[in-house]
Amino acid sequence: MKTYNLMFAGVGGQGSLLIAELTSLAAVNAGYDTKQTEVHGVSQRGGSVETHVRFGEKVHSPIVTPGEADAVVGLEKLEALRFAHYLNIETGTVLVNDHELVPGSVPNAESIYPRETIDFLKSKGMRVVALPASQTARDLGDARMANVVMLGALSTLLPIEQEVWEKTLKLRIPAKYLDGNLKAFESGYDAMQKAI
Amino acid sequence: MREFLLGNEAIARGAWEAGVKFVSGYPGTPSTEIIETLATRFPETNPRWSTNEKVAFEEGMGAAIGGLRTLVTMKHVGLNVAADAFMVFPYSGTNGGFVVISADDPGMHSSQNEQDNRYLARVAKVPVLEPSDAQECHDFMIAGLELSEQFRSPVMLRTTTRLAHHKGLVEVGERADVPPREFIRDPQRFSVPIYRLIRRPEVEKTLTAFAEYAETCPFNRIEEGADDKIGVVTSGISYQYVKEVLPDAGILRLGMTFPLPANLLRDFCAKYETVYVVEEGEPFIEEFMRGAGITNLTGKELFGVIGEYSPGRLRKTLGLGAPPEPFTNDGVNLIMRPPMFCVGCGHRTVFAALRQLRVTVSGDIGCYTMGALHPYEAEHTTFAMGSSIGVAVGLEQAGHENTVAIIGDSTFIHAGIPPLIDAVYNRSRLTLIILDNSTTGMTGSQPNPVSGKDVMGQQAPQIDLEALCRASGVENVAIVDTWDRKEVVNVIRRAVSFKGPAVVIARGPCQQIPEIKHSHRIPFFIHEDLCTQCDACFKVWCPAITRAPQNFPVIAANECTSCTVCAQVCPTDAIKLAEETA
Repeated sequence: MKTYNLMFAGVGGQGSLLIAELTSLAAVNAGYDTKQTEVHGVSQRGGSVETHVRFGEKVHSPIVTPGEADAVVGLEKLEALRFAHYLNIETGTVLVNDHELVPGSVPNAESIYPRETIDFLKSKGMRVVALPASQTARDLGDARMANVVMLGALSTLLPIEQEVWEKTLKLRIPAKYLDGNLKAFESGYDAMQKAI
Repeated sequence: MREFLLGNEAIARGAWEAGVKFVSGYPGTPSTEIIETLATRFPETNPRWSTNEKVAFEEGMGAAIGGLRTLVTMKHVGLNVAADAFMVFPYSGTNGGFVVISADDPGMHSSQNEQDNRYLARVAKVPVLEPSDAQECHDFMIAGLELSEQFRSPVMLRTTTRLAHHKGLVEVGERADVPPREFIRDPQRFSVPIYRLIRRPEVEKTLTAFAEYAETCPFNRIEEGADDKIGVVTSGISYQYVKEVLPDAGILRLGMTFPLPANLLRDFCAKYETVYVVEEGEPFIEEFMRGAGITNLTGKELFGVIGEYSPGRLRKTLGLGAPPEPFTNDGVNLIMRPPMFCVGCGHRTVFAALRQLRVTVSGDIGCYTMGALHPYEAEHTTFAMGSSIGVAVGLEQAGHENTVAIIGDSTFIHAGIPPLIDAVYNRSRLTLIILDNSTTGMTGSQPNPVSGKDVMGQQAPQIDLEALCRASGVENVAIVDTWDRKEVVNVIRRAVSFKGPAVVIARGPCQQIPEIKHSHRIPFFIHEDLCTQCDACFKVWCPAITRAPQNFPVIAANECTSCTVCAQVCPTDAIKLAEETA
């Protein structure tokens, strides 16, 4: 079988590491050899965070090579743009949360923040699906679940059964947040079904 | 049973299984999770955070010669701090198994340099094991302790960021019961300086035995190639990249990279037309191979010494197709997102004050290196743990009398006390600011001697920083609430103008300490009727303050830590506690 290559991008604090981990655990639970690695800067919060996940029959490198990702999952538009070159342009999909976080640590960031990410990536011939995951999560009662909405969307692209996803969420998410997160996952799944 | 583990978690698990009974270390990326995992999952290993790596190493030496299986952890630059003891330990050798982790950081993700500690191991004459995945992190940890006992030598387990911080499936086992070995008083072995001439030949004997062992040891593995064209000598995580990029090549994977097996390398290279040496970092293996008379090899001139390797980089280097580049120069402004101080961080007011006072600032290692960046640009030198103070004293001698040294509480305890005493003794008029957030913040909130807690979260003796500074001879010691912005300016100004050594302790806990982070706080709220959109609150540079569609500032209620700094700067008193506005 082919090896699946996934790139998760977000801003520190958005939970991109968590959905990468959930994806890895789901792949492990589905019986795949799996590797994951993350790159983040010196601080706890506020910087770019990239996480690579690879699964298949036998995985060597934990690092995804640019041009080979089956999906680039961006929890924020600028971060999706930053890592979009990882996409396999022939077969892959950019999943982007239609949400902007202007970097606070850059002078004049508000005026220079790139606003046309989705159109730009489409103009490069990429398959882009933008979902209002932050809004969906807010409507479900907690904006922090935007990551799991995106995970639900991603699940439609991977060879992992829905029961495995559900089992993985149940094992990993604390009980008091589980119901909300299962709903968030389902919303993302449904939104993706409609979008494609 | 298989678990999906981080390289560092796999090391911790291996140490537990091998019956380790003492663990010491100092937090440092990418090594920190080893002791954190031991503290939360395997407390029987008796882990602790020490005040610095030298102390950690020496405690570990004592535990090991006392008979316990011992693990000591640190990042690559930490081994510089421990080097004094590290260099002499092989002269006595160990009793119980002793492994030191050197977590190197190719790419300098969270480090000030890119040193390759295999060279330090060679200087110390300590053998080096280098795993290639999470499973081997676990296995080599166990094997390293056994090897250490077999040869009575300390062993280095060298990881790199990508190994330490990747997750993979690991076959795990149960804890072995390893009884402590007896410590016999033997000054001719353990009192090294007096008996150094007796010990010196022993070091060479052990190293020779290791070199012989390396020729046939299970850590070095040959994988036959499809033909005799290309062979690859590799180690560490690079092995995985080679498997991706050159699946048909013959491979000699070196799991023990010091001492290196001359005959094994010669025999392997003789079978192939061309041999690539693929090792992240310096040409450590390559230089040895050239010294051993091997000539059909290509290494650093092709692959380079700087930064991390990756499958994409190898592919590009070998002319097998260049992966796409980021959209940096493609009609879109791919602005950077550098890290910044957290919401409610107490360092912000101090750097605002230093910027306002226009003093020269000598910085240190911690989150506060970000004081050098926009919007503060108020840190002018930074080098290594504890350097802020010595560098400030030197700058003063060069005529920069108002130089302020700035250091965190953990870094001060680690390496700041001897230079502070030196400053007093040598009549400096140093101003030292200690950012006391009562934790080791940058590595993720590890407790330290000023926290009042130990690695297990239990109450521990708390060092009194003020008394410590006074006892070091500093008479002018002031303590300020780090969120009182006017007072922070006043106290620093007074300290700078004082004609002798002065210490300012800017106190307030790190907002990432779990108990603080999860405590209930009433957020601040911006009253739009009172707000004149003067933007003063934006100049606090708090990530929780953003602009609402009508241009009003808005505070994210779920992020606000109630630090009050924005309310202090608001000229119309429009920022109030959410309760007051309700």
